[in-house]
Amino acid sequence: MEKVSTVTGVAMPLKRSNVDTDQIIPAVFLKRVTKTGFDDALFYAWRQDPEFVLNRPEFTGARILFAGSDFGTGSSREHAVWALRDYGFDAVLSPRFGDIFRGNSGKQGLLTGEISEDAMEKIWAIIDARPGIEASIDLVAKTARIGDLTVPFEIDDYTRWRLLEGLDDIGLTLRDEAQITQFEGRRESWRPRTLPVQQVAGE
Amino acid sequence: MTTRSESSRPRTLAEKVWDDHLVVKGEDGSPDLLYIDLHLVHEVTSPQAFDGLRLAGRPVRRPDLTIATEDHNTPTLDIDKPIADLTSRTQIDTLRKNAAEFGIRLHSLGDVEQGIVHVVGPQLGLTMPGITVVCGDSHTSTHGAFGAMAFGIGTSEVEHVLATQTLPLKPFKTMAITVEGTLRPGVTAKDIILAVIAKIGTGGGQGYVLEYRGSAIRSLSMDGRMTVCNMSIEAGARAGMVAPDQTTYDYLEGRAHAPKGADWDAAVEYWNTLATDDDAAFDAEVFLDANELEPFVTWGTNPGQGVSLSESIPDPSLIIDPNERASAERALEYMDLEAGTPLKDVHVDAVFMGSCTNSRIEDLRAFASIIKGQKKADGVRVMVVPGSARVRIEAEAEGIDKIVTEFGAEWRFAGCSMCLGMNPDQLAPGERCASTSNRNFEGRQGKGGRTHLVSPLVAAATAIRGTLSSPWDLENAGVPSAPEGVHA
Ligand code: SF4
Repeated sequence: MEKVSTVTGVAMPLKRSNVDTDQIIPAVFLKRVTKTGFDDALFYAWRQDPEFVLNRPEFTGARILFAGSDFGTGSSREHAVWALRDYGFDAVLSPRFGDIFRGNSGKQGLLTGEISEDAMEKIWAIIDARPGIEASIDLVAKTARIGDLTVPFEIDDYTRWRLLEGLDDIGLTLRDEAQITQFEGRRESWRPRTLPVQQVAGE
Repeated sequence: MTTRSESSRPRTLAEKVWDDHLVVKGEDGSPDLLYIDLHLVHEVTSPQAFDGLRLAGRPVRRPDLTIATEDHNTPTLDIDKPIADLTSRTQIDTLRKNAAEFGIRLHSLGDVEQGIVHVVGPQLGLTMPGITVVCGDSHTSTHGAFGAMAFGIGTSEVEHVLATQTLPLKPFKTMAITVEGTLRPGVTAKDIILAVIAKIGTGGGQGYVLEYRGSAIRSLSMDGRMTVCNMSIEAGARAGMVAPDQTTYDYLEGRAHAPKGADWDAAVEYWNTLATDDDAAFDAEVFLDANELEPFVTWGTNPGQGVSLSESIPDPSLIIDPNERASAERALEYMDLEAGTPLKDVHVDAVFMGSCTNSRIEDLRAFASIIKGQKKADGVRVMVVPGSARVRIEAEAEGIDKIVTEFGAEWRFAGCSMCLGMNPDQLAPGERCASTSNRNFEGRQGKGGRTHLVSPLVAAATAIRGTLSSPWDLENAGVPSAPEGVHA
């Protein structure tokens, strides 16, 4: 996972609240067998409308999503995060997130920050006035800047640390690899093996 | 001495297994890191896990502790032909590619060791006491029957275990489920677990590892214990366990992957230390009287909505809890049943004998013992699906396939089949099925299908009579009749 400290890019407004994970990516896409390539599935139903914000050329290449409250509620599917990442988003800001979605995001390198409703209205107004404007997120300072406006956002310290360090769950565990190897060294020989046992030097 | 953690504190079976797998003890509320002894893999929950490894350039840490099988999507007819459904075929092909690329042992369709992942592990002797087992499948709890700590995990955890052979976990609470007494003839392990779930509810086990104890559990065979542990998840529990004993050792000894020679002796010595200490405390306790149990059946759309087969469909208006009442009302509507109807008056369209709950050799023997020499009821479709290719071969050697086909039932190849209908084995909308599987959720066995969970014996009696029936209702099948004092 890449380290994240600042994200700068086109800001996209999503003026809807209670966007659940089924709207982020419908269940039919869960049949796929890959972890990438979900960019076409993002907001699939809404994208059928040519006026939907994702279809507006000013927002091409957007990297930061400014969404209404309660973003990412509902089913726990990790695909919702994959779809946002695949589309190109590195950060989502919203007044409030679904818990599981927020947890999944931190593990997949998607920055989620909570800002006030009031700040969100101001940001939307700025984007409305200048569609295609860039925003900048500073994870170290925990601030979002757009035009002349700078607002603070909330993110828990643990998730922030992981993003700054670029540690996914596996990366975190592998920091303890020496202990895993030690444990393996003292495992009893009666424990199951699925493959014919190979004589490995030192084992 | 094989035990690693010496502790003077009295501990439960689950705590002992947990302690002996600690790689890193979590501090300040962070999870413990546990070592995983055995990782079982199937085609539905693994593709993105392998894809994740590929994207990050990570190998599988311990292919020698990992084994894969094809089960959820596999057809149970014409297994030599290409799989028609595209999604099913893609998942199977993907598993084959991944297994080859990452060096994982895979038992494919047509292989003698292919079958439902939870039937294959124990049958190979890979599942054993005192180990940790995970699989991207909630019914991994099955393996707890051996005194293993076994639980289902999600796809990102599958990736985590593939990459690190460990899992960060928060400790569980422990619950003792004590079942004392003697089961009457015709009452089985399935009836025990359905009664347990009806008693504690589908959320009753949440946050707990269940330990099944008591004389009725001790006298169950390994196949029976697996049936009980299998459905722990339906009570909301992460895992279910039974302490290992001579029954466990007799089942294991001599199996392909069971320890041999000095390893066996060392293992048994350690396994004998695993039972819960006499003065260990559980966080919760539940008691059940085995003497009182009757054949059980579910009437609703969750596994907790069950009663004795001799009873009538409960009246939702008598349920005090408003949520449960609403759920019962909704269930009866979906199931097209009326409160007050005796369960034995309910006609079925299909009988499914299979799934990781009840598809091992003893289950098939029990089913066959009832239907032998009989004919199935007219208009009822009866499908018998062994849990693994090896179970199928074993059953055929005993002539069970003939008993099944002469009865008028279909004898199929191994897999999950109509347990969840990912393959073509499905109920049609509105069809009602007596099923030996574990989930009676709406649409589980096919869109609009209606499921009654039952034991193999009840499935057999129902197939004969065409209405929900227990072996006690049969006169001449060489089966136990209703015990005295029981209204058959
Ligand atoms: S038989 Fe049913 S419950 Fe068991 S693993 Fe297969 S689908 Fe899951």
